[in-house]
Amino acid sequence: MVASRGNTTNPARIPVLGLRTLFLIALSIVLMALDNRENHLNTVRDAIAAAVYPIQVVVDAPVRFFVWINENTQSRNELELENARLKAEKLLTSARLLQLESLKAENDRLREMLEARQQVKDEVRVAEIMGVDANPFRHSIVIDVGSSDGVYDGQAIVDADGVVGQVIETGPRTSQALLISDPDHTLPVEVLRNGLRTIAFGTGELGRLDLPFLPNNADIEEGDLLVTSGLGGAFPPGYPVARVGTVLRIPQQPFADVSARPLAALDQVREVMLIWPGEPEPAQADAVNDAESGNE
Amino acid sequence: MSSKTFRGRHLPVIISIVIALMLSMMPLPEGIRNFRPDWVALIMIHWAMAVPRSYGVGVAWVVGLVLDVSQGTLLGQHALALTVITFITIKSNLLMRMFPLLQLTATVFALNAVYRFLLFWINGVAGVEAPSSVYWGPVLTGALVWPMMYILLSGIRYRVESRH
Repeated sequence: MVASRGNTTNPARIPVLGLRTLFLIALSIVLMALDNRENHLNTVRDAIAAAVYPIQVVVDAPVRFFVWINENTQSRNELELENARLKAEKLLTSARLLQLESLKAENDRLREMLEARQQVKDEVRVAEIMGVDANPFRHSIVIDVGSSDGVYDGQAIVDADGVVGQVIETGPRTSQALLISDPDHTLPVEVLRNGLRTIAFGTGELGRLDLPFLPNNADIEEGDLLVTSGLGGAFPPGYPVARVGTVLRIPQQPFADVSARPLAALDQVREVMLIWPGEPEPAQADAVNDAESGNE
Repeated sequence: MSSKTFRGRHLPVIISIVIALMLSMMPLPEGIRNFRPDWVALIMIHWAMAVPRSYGVGVAWVVGLVLDVSQGTLLGQHALALTVITFITIKSNLLMRMFPLLQLTATVFALNAVYRFLLFWINGVAGVEAPSSVYWGPVLTGALVWPMMYILLSGIRYRVESRH
């Protein structure tokens, strides 16, 4: 008995303990490397999460129990108050519902007008925003048109007020677009008043663009309208982008500190317009024609 | 192995590990959340010390993976840290068994600090986040709860050991 006890606890008798430990450490490092860069291991993670799920349910049970107790012991008075409030709300909602029909008709009409695209010389098509990037530091959206509609990488996107962004990735039915406020986005612009050319950088804030390359003596003022210059190739010229906000000239610095407010309601739009510039190259013209025939 | 010996030998260990996992997932108020002991690490140290042949680095690694998933950390992070401290515990388990409770608690404090440091270091390499000084709180609370846990588990441990 004593001897067997000795065997069970003597580390020297545990076979290849060191080797096993080294192997597991190496395995952990490989897992972490795979997990850190990309999401290669989502299936593994999901499988383990499924195994852990019962434990999580048990852990959550007390919390849910207290919530349940709380709900069940609300006084009659509170319930009556809530009932009255809900009734009032229902009245209000049904009144609003009446308006919905007429609004819907109006919406259809407006969309038809947009689709007709007579006012703009460039080809335009309306797209709906399907989703936004969950990462708060990445300003990108997903729209419901893709390469089968003739969308191409780098295509300009505008809304009713100004430039929204450009397409960065096209799928067959959807595309991803970068907003002009994304820190990675740059846009060649010019001042409408005097044609001064510069570049507008996204800042990561929805309401601000930076114009970092304007010399101190540049002729730019608060309230100047910035439009696309068309020099970058992606955007057709003349679309409004932003209005200059603050102009800060610091004598010691080579460049003025200029910021601007985007005109497009970047965080409010649901519909955007894709632009095919006025005289597209033959290949793109075909794409546009395809899109048109697809529409009609 | 009959089911009866399985129940006697493994069930207490498995249950205690599951309870440790639950304690580490339990929602806690903001103020004391930073001082939640590393229950799983403490439990793994305990069983690695008590029955090193049955609960070695492999079990620690798997439990670590489960912890990684439940805490949403890098897959392999807790697994690595748990493997390392379990290895140290098994290597020095004969010595640790001789220690009086106070000295044992100090050893567990050191092991817990190694565990935390590994997690901290991996976070730094992966660029995940830079935790503040309260990050080391669990090492302190871990040493505080260890004696109680040790006494509580001694009875169960005797059973597990004697049936080994």
